[in-house]
Amino acid sequence: MTRFSLAELCICAGADIFKTETPEVFATVIGLVPRLAGSLAKKTFLPGLMMSDGEYYFAAEPVPVGNRGGYSPKKEGRIGYERVFDLIPKGNRHAFVGPVQVDRFGQMNLSCIGEYAAPKVTMLGVRGLPGNTVNNRTSMFFGNHTKRAFVPGEVDMVSGAGYNPARYPGRRYPRGLDHRRIITNLCVLDFEGPDHAIRVRSLHPGVSFEEVQGNTGFELIRPKGLSETAAPTSEQLDIIAELDPHNLRAEIFKDNPAGRRAA
Amino acid sequence: MSYPTIDKRMSAADIAAQIKDGMTIGIGGWGARRKPMALIREIVKSDVKDLTIASYGGCDVGMLASAGKIKKLIFGFVSLDVIPLEAHFRRARSAGEFEVMEVDEGMFQLGLKAAAQNLDFLPCLAGLGTDVLTHNPDIKVIQSPYSEDHYVAMPAIKLDVALCHVSEADKLGNSYIGGPDPFFDEWFCRAADKAFLTTEALVETAAFDDDHKIMRMPIERSLVRGVAEVPLGAHPTSSGPDYGIDVAHLKAYSAAAKEGWSDYAAKFIHTDDYVNSVGGAPHIRALPLPVF
Repeated sequence: MTRFSLAELCICAGADIFKTETPEVFATVIGLVPRLAGSLAKKTFLPGLMMSDGEYYFAAEPVPVGNRGGYSPKKEGRIGYERVFDLIPKGNRHAFVGPVQVDRFGQMNLSCIGEYAAPKVTMLGVRGLPGNTVNNRTSMFFGNHTKRAFVPGEVDMVSGAGYNPARYPGRRYPRGLDHRRIITNLCVLDFEGPDHAIRVRSLHPGVSFEEVQGNTGFELIRPKGLSETAAPTSEQLDIIAELDPHNLRAEIFKDNPAGRRAA
Repeated sequence: MSYPTIDKRMSAADIAAQIKDGMTIGIGGWGARRKPMALIREIVKSDVKDLTIASYGGCDVGMLASAGKIKKLIFGFVSLDVIPLEAHFRRARSAGEFEVMEVDEGMFQLGLKAAAQNLDFLPCLAGLGTDVLTHNPDIKVIQSPYSEDHYVAMPAIKLDVALCHVSEADKLGNSYIGGPDPFFDEWFCRAADKAFLTTEALVETAAFDDDHKIMRMPIERSLVRGVAEVPLGAHPTSSGPDYGIDVAHLKAYSAAAKEGWSDYAAKFIHTDDYVNSVGGAPHIRALPLPVF
């Protein structure tokens, strides 16, 4: 059996998000797991996926992460920040991001924790989450699936919108609101429960539903016949190694654990 | 008879002197990229206070925060890019040292564009369903006059002054940005009563008679009231393609957030020889461009 790391399992589960995407979706992939996931999708089953070099250009092929040596991105267009913001309301974009908290509605926090006027912890700010979430498809990565990240009630500062009808005029969700998946170190979650409730879609090898629920501050839907997250294929692992030549993925999780837990 | 020629040249200190207590100041650039840092240092040195700052924020916001200049901050994020969290902003924000208007990055650009177009607001979906609305009760949600849809009416972000850093400018206020992304610099300038530029180099107007350069000249010169030649004036942020982000300097700067701001300011702000205080021009020019 091929050996693979938890990071590689998460990257492949992240790529799988794009299986249901449109052929020319604009993917904004923030953070190492989302970026390698989007890159892997483009290199395998979704060649038309549009992604940037991380700065200003659309890249015709995924740009390897980390120090590029002599490599320079293969430009195929311009995607500066103004263009990004002008495009977001058009749709056909998928933002795969790493917020700090999420709640049962899929609302995300990237701003601050604690009293808003003088927060206990100040983070980045809401960034583009408000616009992304009501206009574009949303997926998330959490490297540490705990009750501090998967909070009871609502997140401290709702930066990204979710399926909480009380927060919308007339209790109607915006047309663009479309949360897809959450990849964590324990499992894959989706929003395919009743009224978009969060559901466990697959468990990483060796993880139990009870462990996931025990680390989540709200109730999760347990589907019948809960499956195991698909192991990376050797082809996927080879492509990931090309996309991450400096093995930055080994730093995602402490001690770079195996994707299949020792029994 | 002869007519007066236009000459907008002035010093960075002259520009800072245009900023008065209580003004709303927009700052171009993005995070740790192409920030008009020489002007920020001049503001820190001055007595001006109670500023409202609007920025896609980086160490511009952090330094003004630690210097106690900010009354209110209009922002979507504050980050040093290569160092995700801005330590000075975090300290000051968590201490409740200024008011905030925290909005989506796209709402922010609409606020600038509304101001630029002399509109009270521009509509968007961004903000619906979030605490951006909870914490900004002044931002209204309106119903479309054409359908049942509801929109956030992002209010104009009207600026008294915009400050930007460019690669080249002439004395008329024409300017060229050598890095690929102009960010929102032209919108800051258009949203402002007065815009001021620092430039890596002052050049003759003829330098812009160039089909490549002309595509990277987003700021109309009529918006510009003053131009100061300040080579390396974006340091410690980048000014592509001439130099990258000074990550080592930003790390030292970040470490000075909790205590040590006065030491940092004494060494790097209250100095007449900034470039040499941070390692000299060859050091700055050799800083590699960031890789994202």
